[in-house]
Amino acid sequence: MSGAVAPMPGRLALFWRSFAENRGAVVGLAIMVVLIIISVLADVLALHSPIEQFRAHFLIPPIWQEGGVWAFPLGTDDVGRDMLSRLIYGARLSLIIGFSVASLALLTGTTLGLTAAFAGGVVDVFIMRLMDILLVFPSLLLAIVIVAILGPGLFNAMLAVVVVTLPGYTRLARASALSELARDYVTATRSAGASTLRLMFDVVLPNCAAPLIVQVSLGFAVAILDAAALGFLGLGAQPPTPEWGTMLSGALQFYQRAWWVLALPGLAILFTVLAFNLVGDGLRDALDPKLKR
Amino acid sequence: MTILMQAENIRRHYPVGGGLFGKKGIVKAVDGVSFTLREGETLAVVGESGCGKSTLARVATLIEPPSDGTLRIDDAVVADDAARSRMRLSVQMVFQNPFGSLNPRKTVGAILQEPLEINSRGDARAREAAARAMMDKVGLRQDQFGRYPHMFSGGQRQRIAIARALMLNPRIVVADEPVSALDVSIQAQVLNLMMDLQDELKLAYLFISHDLSVVRHIAREVMVMYCGRPVEHGPKDTIFAAPRHPYTQMLLAATPSIDPARRKQSVAIKGELPSPLNPPIGCAFASRCRHATDRCTAERPEPRPVAGHAVACHHAETVMQA
Repeated sequence: MSGAVAPMPGRLALFWRSFAENRGAVVGLAIMVVLIIISVLADVLALHSPIEQFRAHFLIPPIWQEGGVWAFPLGTDDVGRDMLSRLIYGARLSLIIGFSVASLALLTGTTLGLTAAFAGGVVDVFIMRLMDILLVFPSLLLAIVIVAILGPGLFNAMLAVVVVTLPGYTRLARASALSELARDYVTATRSAGASTLRLMFDVVLPNCAAPLIVQVSLGFAVAILDAAALGFLGLGAQPPTPEWGTMLSGALQFYQRAWWVLALPGLAILFTVLAFNLVGDGLRDALDPKLKR
Repeated sequence: MTILMQAENIRRHYPVGGGLFGKKGIVKAVDGVSFTLREGETLAVVGESGCGKSTLARVATLIEPPSDGTLRIDDAVVADDAARSRMRLSVQMVFQNPFGSLNPRKTVGAILQEPLEINSRGDARAREAAARAMMDKVGLRQDQFGRYPHMFSGGQRQRIAIARALMLNPRIVVADEPVSALDVSIQAQVLNLMMDLQDELKLAYLFISHDLSVVRHIAREVMVMYCGRPVEHGPKDTIFAAPRHPYTQMLLAATPSIDPARRKQSVAIKGELPSPLNPPIGCAFASRCRHATDRCTAERPEPRPVAGHAVACHHAETVMQA
């Protein structure tokens, strides 16, 4: 040991060390970073507009196949739109969907859960039974019903996914808030005269953050998947929006002669959802002390 | 000495069970406790687990309202919720478990400044100065200001907890088993710190403990509780020298001692505490008492003065000789 005192590793360094132990999580994080870069630089990276139709080039295969053209590296779809450009813009759209749905659900769910935990009694029962009712229905069916009521469209589909994923956040926030509320530091702050709002958001919420962060990263994946599913059913983003699920449904009839119009958006969804799930698992391992060896 | 807090016949009952089919019951966690806290003095409340010590602490800290009885602080009756939140600041609490009583997401500095911030006392600079001064007072180093609780040992954490309790200049500190989670070697340090602070700030302590050697060290007055009721209450010296209630005698006999000369004949306490859901009509201790007579099981003894103590026993005069 040297004489110099080693600086205490910061929270961030400790967190990174236990996160990096999980190889899958690091791979997921790498895919996530690539996706974010792609979607930020979509305007620069894409060769064409995602909705421009090249009438001379219907269903061109990717370049490594016979008949491929360099102008369309991953081929074109049935109306002559560049697949690569559509996938790139689709990545941007998917991330926006994931981010807005997950953050809106987190915000609403956390507020509802904390309110239930702090208020107790009738309010608690009311909120939690409402969440139980939402949980009774299969999530995709419920989303379809909501979109059917609101009308198809990307925004309504996102709202539907928020409603469907809300119970998870609410229950998680309530459960962790209840266990924190029983601890002495909350009593100490309360006997110093703290208001309920302060107790909720300044004292209890930061201590419930770990499970909520994990839930958000997994919720990202669920949001992207559900929005794609709604798009596939024709209830989400409408053509010509380059949304991956919508692209799949439009290409369904060509699956025998043009595999790329179907396989590529499918693979894009697969890898994106996989990346977010891996990162979510890694975050849970790193943040949840109960799972630590 | 000025009287800071006066409790008369405090009761705290909890409804339990009920539900859809269950029968409703009432747990009498605290059932008629009176005490007086004076400036610069320590009242120790002792008793085994489940005797209502911690509930009494929560009532005295004004965290929970008593079901019955009056609580006076500085001669003003704590009557309603408004009065309770107004007077809450003059009573602060030190908790048993120093690992649960400090917010893990806040630094020591933030924890100490929080009570001032909530009550908007002083500006940011004044608050930091006050927090740093308090750290000096409880024996924490200045470079520990920005550290998180998980970087401290149990004894240091309890120092932080004491410092936090004192930030609002309370006159009464309720300490709920403040040293029972600590190593014996650290216990003395923390107790001595508490006693030094008491001398310096003229604090009144309501000191909850089950450890009689700790009580012997710090208290001036002792109240022994059994099943939610006080069984003996008096000055420390005479309680330890000449206990009048059979339960106090048994507790004292059960205290381990290194010095063989001070070891008393061990009197085994047999049996369990009676259920607080269904307390016996007579003396709660009768089922475990070797002096019990028919009168004990039939009639509940009320506290009465015996040799300077308040003793709740029908046979207080005779059990000494037995």
